Amino acid sequence: MPICADDVEWVEEPTMNFWESTFLPAIFGGLQITGSHVVDGKTVTHQYPEEKPVLPAHYRGVHRLNKDEAGRVKCVACMMCATACPAHCISIVATEAPKDDPLWNGRDKFPLSFELDELKCIYCGMCEEACPCDAIELTHIYDLVGTTRQELLFDKNKLLSVYDQTKDCGLDPVRTKRGALSGCSEFANLPTLGPATSVKADDRAAKAASPGVIHD
Amino acid sequence: MEWLQNPLIMAGVAIGIALGGILTTCAYLILLERKLSAWMQDRLGPNRVGPMGLLQPLADGAKLMLKEDVIPGHVNKFLFVLGPAISVFTTMLAFAVVPFGPVSHEKGQFPFVIAPGVDLGIVFIFAVTSLAVYSIILGGWASNNKYSALGSLRASAQVVSYEIPLGMSVVGLALLHSSMSLEKILINQAEMGFLGWNIWYQPVACLIFFTAALAESNRLPFDLTECEQELVGGFHTEYSAMKWAMFFLGEYTHVITISFLTSVLFFGGWHFPFIAEAASAYPGAWVVKVGVLLFKVSCMIVLIQMLRWTIPRFRFDQLMSLAWKGLIPMATVNVLIVMCVLEFNLPRLWLLPLSLLLFVGVGLIGTQASLPASGAVRRKKPVGPIVAAAHH
Repeated sequence: MPICADDVEWVEEPTMNFWESTFLPAIFGGLQITGSHVVDGKTVTHQYPEEKPVLPAHYRGVHRLNKDEAGRVKCVACMMCATACPAHCISIVATEAPKDDPLWNGRDKFPLSFELDELKCIYCGMCEEACPCDAIELTHIYDLVGTTRQELLFDKNKLLSVYDQTKDCGLDPVRTKRGALSGCSEFANLPTLGPATSVKADDRAAKAASPGVIHD
Repeated sequence: MEWLQNPLIMAGVAIGIALGGILTTCAYLILLERKLSAWMQDRLGPNRVGPMGLLQPLADGAKLMLKEDVIPGHVNKFLFVLGPAISVFTTMLAFAVVPFGPVSHEKGQFPFVIAPGVDLGIVFIFAVTSLAVYSIILGGWASNNKYSALGSLRASAQVVSYEIPLGMSVVGLALLHSSMSLEKILINQAEMGFLGWNIWYQPVACLIFFTAALAESNRLPFDLTECEQELVGGFHTEYSAMKWAMFFLGEYTHVITISFLTSVLFFGGWHFPFIAEAASAYPGAWVVKVGVLLFKVSCMIVLIQMLRWTIPRFRFDQLMSLAWKGLIPMATVNVLIVMCVLEFNLPRLWLLPLSLLLFVGVGLIGTQASLPASGAVRRKKPVGPIVAAAHH
C-alpha cells in the first residue's frame, strides 16, 4: 500500500553549537548527574529475604477456604469456582450434609474433597469472584515453594489451614464479608457495576428491575 | 647483603609486586565498577559475599576457575586459545616500563619499575599495546561466528584509527622533554614543581591521549567491539570461564596502564607540592610518593569507570569521524604548536593559551561541520507517493 507523501515527516539532524560540538559540556553534565547519584546514598533496592515487600491490598496469592462462625467449611460445594476457573485447577467432590447432625445444621451440601492445584492456577481470582458465599479467597502469601508437584496440590485441610494462618494477620480479610450468606446474596445492597461490566442502554439487561441482573 | 646487588633479584621482586598488585586490583576494580554502577543507578550492588560484598571477587574468581571451559567444535583451536593469552600477555608486558613510584637506578634498591632505564618507554608501550588488537582479531576470527567476526572487524578499524592520535598526542611531550623515557618525563615534571606538570602545557594533548587510550582499551563509550545490543558479546561471544576472564583481565590491566600513563605523563606522577617534591628526602618519603601516584591513578580509574556508566556508546561513523576529523588534526596541530614554541624559543607558558586556542578552533570547525552544507544536495521531501516495497 503506498504511503501518502503528506504522511511522511522528514526530520533533519539538529545543528550543534560550539559547546555541543566539543562534547565536553554533555560529558561533564552527565558525570554530574551520575556523580550526584553516587553520593546521595539513596537506593531503591529491597533487601528481599530480610525486608518483606509491602503488597497491595488486592494482591492475589495462595488460596484459602474460609470457615464460618461454627468452624465449618464455608464452601457449599456449588461448583461455581471450579466452573469459573480458566485453568481448571479446582476439583470438588460434593456431598450432602447429614440432616441429623447438629454440626451441619442449616447446610445442605459441603465439599467432601476440595483439591486445588497451585501449580496449574494462574491466580486470576475468578474463583473468588464466582464464589456466592465468599468461601474461597486469595491471600497475600506469595512465597509458595515445594519440592514435589504433589506437595503443591492443596487439599481441603491444607486450604483450611491457610485460613487459620492468615485470618488474623490483618492483610487478608479485605474481601471477606462475614455473614451467613455473604455479600453476593444481599440483593438490597448490590455493588455498582464497573465500566468493565457496564451494560449498553439497548440491552435487555439494562431494562431489568435491578440493572445488570437478568431476570427471565 | 651482597646478593641484593644482583639486578635480577630486584627486577624479580618488582615483577612479583606489580603482577600481584595488578591481578588483585583487577579483581577489585570489577567489584568497584559494579558498586559504582549500582550507586549511580540507585541500587546497592553486590553485598552478599563477605562484609559489603568485599569477598565478591574471590567468589567470582572461584566461579570462573571452576566453570566449564567450552571450546566449541567449529573453532580454530590454536588461535582460539591464543587470543586471550595474547590479551593478557601484551597488556601485562606494557606495564614493564611504567614507573609506579620514585624510580631508582641504585643497585640493591627497589627500582619501582620492572624495566628501569628504557629510553624508548613510550614507544615500547604503544608498540606492545597495539599488539593487543591481535587478541581481539584472533579471538573473533577463530570463533568462526559472524557476531565475533563483526566485533573483531570493528576492533581492528577502531584500534588502528586511534593508534594515530594516541601516538601523536605524546610527540609534543617527547619534544618538550627531549626524551621518550617515562622516568625522565616524570622526573623533569617533578623538578619543575607544580607548574611543571604537563597538563599546564599540553591540556589538549592530555584530552586526546585520554580519549584515544580509552578507545584503545575497547571500553565504553568505545566498546563497539563487544556491544551486547548488536553483537551478542562481540569477539568474546564463544568464550567462557577462564578464557573469557582473561579478556577482561586484559581490559582491566589496560585501564590500569592508561591511568598510570595519564598520571605519569600529564599529572606529574608521584609529584605533589610540599609533600612529595623531587627534593624531599624525609624518612618514608617514598611511601608518600607511591601513595600520591596511586591516588592520582585511582582518580583516573574512577573517572574512566564513571564515564563508562555515564556516556552512551558512539555510533561507528561518529567513532571514526571523532578520530579522523577531530583527534588526528588536533594532535597534528598540537605538535606543530610545540615545535614552533621550541623553535622560536618562546616561553613555555605560551603553550597553554595556544592549546586552548586550538581547542576553540576545533570546536568551531566541528560546529561548522554539523551545519547543513549550503551547496550540497539536501535530502528533499519527495513528491508523489512512496511505495513501500515490503508489504502490500
